[in-house]
Amino acid sequence: MNLSPDQIIFWQMGFVKLNATIVFTWLVMLLLVISSIVITRKLSKNMRRTRWQNLLEMLVIMISRQIEEVGLSNPHKYLGFLGSLFLFIAASAICTVFPGFEPPTGSLSCTVALALSVFVAVPLFGIEEQGLRGYLVSYTKPTVIMLPFNIISELSRTLALAVRLFGNMMSGAMIIGILLSITPFIFPIVMTLLGLLTGIIQAYIFFILATVYITAATRIQKTEDELAQDSSDTIEEQDTKPGSQQ
Amino acid sequence: MDSITIIAMVSIITAGLTITIGVIGPSLAEGKAVATALSALAQQPDASATITRTLLVGLAMIESTAIYCFVVSMILLFANPFWNYFIDLAAGI
Repeated sequence: MNLSPDQIIFWQMGFVKLNATIVFTWLVMLLLVISSIVITRKLSKNMRRTRWQNLLEMLVIMISRQIEEVGLSNPHKYLGFLGSLFLFIAASAICTVFPGFEPPTGSLSCTVALALSVFVAVPLFGIEEQGLRGYLVSYTKPTVIMLPFNIISELSRTLALAVRLFGNMMSGAMIIGILLSITPFIFPIVMTLLGLLTGIIQAYIFFILATVYITAATRIQKTEDELAQDSSDTIEEQDTKPGSQQ
Repeated sequence: MDSITIIAMVSIITAGLTITIGVIGPSLAEGKAVATALSALAQQPDASATITRTLLVGLAMIESTAIYCFVVSMILLFANPFWNYFIDLAAGI
């Protein structure tokens, strides 16, 4: 039994291996790129628009609204990175309905790559938002004693992101494989449906967690100012309320 | 018993124990989280979007511990390094 699609090798020359993870990653990427190019070729601004354009607009609006709800004030800046993370994981989960397709997110190498891109993107966005010094100071935020723990949490959450996605996708594929060898036909289909649901939820969770991490890296400086602003606002309101009653 | 049998026995028993013990904690925690979220939803239906999103993220965090146990037991069963070492040794002889 294959634990991951890394072990399925299509082509090998020396130490260069072309395994199923790479092939299916590039297939999903091609699918996303080609479909988005085809859809955005003929965009219309009036009410006569194609179904695909409606779908794409729904997706973009939904993702940017989710990013905004988490607390990033300028969602369009982060839409490219976070949206493509979500779309890639969701597409590779949905494509499991095609027979012979192994989800590339079911191998640890692919999920580690996704988590590493989040690991690199979080400091980049943080430095861009509050400057290098402000970002580095944010590691020592409550006290200086917390510095090593903050660094450990940065590393361990990257590991957790990778292993969570890998475990979920791998377990889905593996349970279907085991069930197919025990009870053919009806029951594996039910588990496939459950696996589709789990895949979409995992894509959403990966996306939301990446958004939350970026928000935490970019908003630390702002929240203190806003807290001061909010507290002064409430004091003013309390001051004005009795005055208005009189 | 030779060493290969002992390794097989220990890894199978440990895999079973890992998934059994490792699932108890997350399932209790998930039940508590869902129950609390439902009572919060009943009290404040307006905040349903925020509560549901936070619940999903929290459930994923809790569930990941169970997933780690699953991954460890799968490694013990199908990709055991000690098992592979002895198989390579036997193939070498």
